[in-house]
Amino acid sequence: MIHTDICDRLGIEYPIFQGGMAWVSEHKLAAAVSNAGGLGIISAMNAPGEYLRQEIRACRELTDKPFGVNVMLMSPHAAEVAKVLLEEKVPVVTTGAGLPGIYMKEWVPAGIKVVPVVPSTAIAKRVAREGATAVIAEGCESGGHVGELTTMTLVPQVVDAVDIPVLAAGGIADGRGVAAAFMLGAQGVQVGTRFLVAEECQVHPNYKQKILAARDIDTVVTGKRLGHPVRCMKNPFSRDMGAMEYDSTRTNEEIEKFGAGALRKAAVEGDMERGTIMAGQIAAIVKKEQPAAEIIREMFAEAEKLLSEGTKWVR
Amino acid sequence: MTFETIAAKLADYKGIDVATITMDSTFEDLALDSLDVADLVMQIEDEMGISIELDPEVKDMKALVAKIDEAKA
Repeated sequence: MIHTDICDRLGIEYPIFQGGMAWVSEHKLAAAVSNAGGLGIISAMNAPGEYLRQEIRACRELTDKPFGVNVMLMSPHAAEVAKVLLEEKVPVVTTGAGLPGIYMKEWVPAGIKVVPVVPSTAIAKRVAREGATAVIAEGCESGGHVGELTTMTLVPQVVDAVDIPVLAAGGIADGRGVAAAFMLGAQGVQVGTRFLVAEECQVHPNYKQKILAARDIDTVVTGKRLGHPVRCMKNPFSRDMGAMEYDSTRTNEEIEKFGAGALRKAAVEGDMERGTIMAGQIAAIVKKEQPAAEIIREMFAEAEKLLSEGTKWVR
Repeated sequence: MTFETIAAKLADYKGIDVATITMDSTFEDLALDSLDVADLVMQIEDEMGISIELDPEVKDMKALVAKIDEAKA
C-alpha cells in the first residue's frame, strides 16, 4: 500500500484529494471520496455561506471521515464562507484563486488544516510560513483556473521550496500519473477530471459524456486576456470566447459578461454548446463512469505496481 | 530609503533601468503580475527580516513602499 505523511496529517487512508470543482463537487461526491479513504472536497464556489453550511451538514450525514472545503478566494462571499468553515469546524480547507493569508490567521489556530493550491514557489513558501499543513502544486494541465507552469516543472520546484508535504495536481487520472507525481517528490495527488465522471458525481450527464468522449487535443485555455485563464473543452462557447479575446473592439467587461454563468449552464443545465465544459488535458484517458471507491482503488493499485517496478531500467 | 532599495531590486529583477521606476509606477506599468509581486515581496521579506501582508489593493510602488515602512516600524 501507499502511505505518506499526508495520510497521517489528515487522517485519510489514500493520499488523494478530489478537486474542489465549482458546480460539480457537492456533498455527495465529497462524501463518497472520503468514505473510500481519500479526501472528498466540497466546492464553496461563488455561493453564499449558507449554501456551504447546508452542504457541509449534508456531507456529515453521509460520512464520518475527514473531508474538505475548497474556497475560491475571489468569491464575493469569501469572508462569509471563511466564517462558516470555523463555525462548522470543517477539518480541511483548500484554497484557490488568491492568497489565503488573512483567513489562515483564524483557521490555523482553530485547528483547521489548510492546504492551499499554489502556482509558484514564492506563494508556496508564504503559505507554509503562515501555517499551511501541505500545499497543492497544480500545473496548467488541469481543468478550470490555470497558471503558466506545468505539473512536471512546478511540483519538484515546490517540493524543494518548502518543508511541508506537497500534493501534485494537473494531468493525473490514473496510476501512472500518481506514480509520476511521487517520483517528482509529491506525497499525494489531487484529481479533478476523473472524479467528474464518478457515479456519485451530480454533474449533468451530458458533461460526463463529453469527458468520456474527449480526445487528447480537445481542451483549450480561454480568458488569458482577462488575467484569469481557464482550461475547458473546445465547443462553440470556447470558440466565441476566444474570438472575442482577439477582437480589440471588444472590452474586457463585455467578455466577462459573455463568460458569466457559463459553467453553471454546462454543469447544471447540460448545455454543451453555450456552457463552458471545464476539464483537464488528461480527460482523454478517462473512459468510464465508476464509483469513486473503484477509481481510487484502481489508481493506487496501478501506482503501487509501477513504483514497485521502478528499478526495471536500472542496470 | 525604502523606495531606492525596492526600485534597485525591482530593476535588477526585471532587467530594466532603475530611472524608469518612480513612486507613481504601477505594477502594471512595470509588467509585474500577481505572481511576480508575491515573489518580489518574499525576497524583500527574507532580506529585511520583516513580514508584509500581501493585499490585492497594493497595486503600485507608493502602496508597496508604505506597506514595507509599516512593517519595519
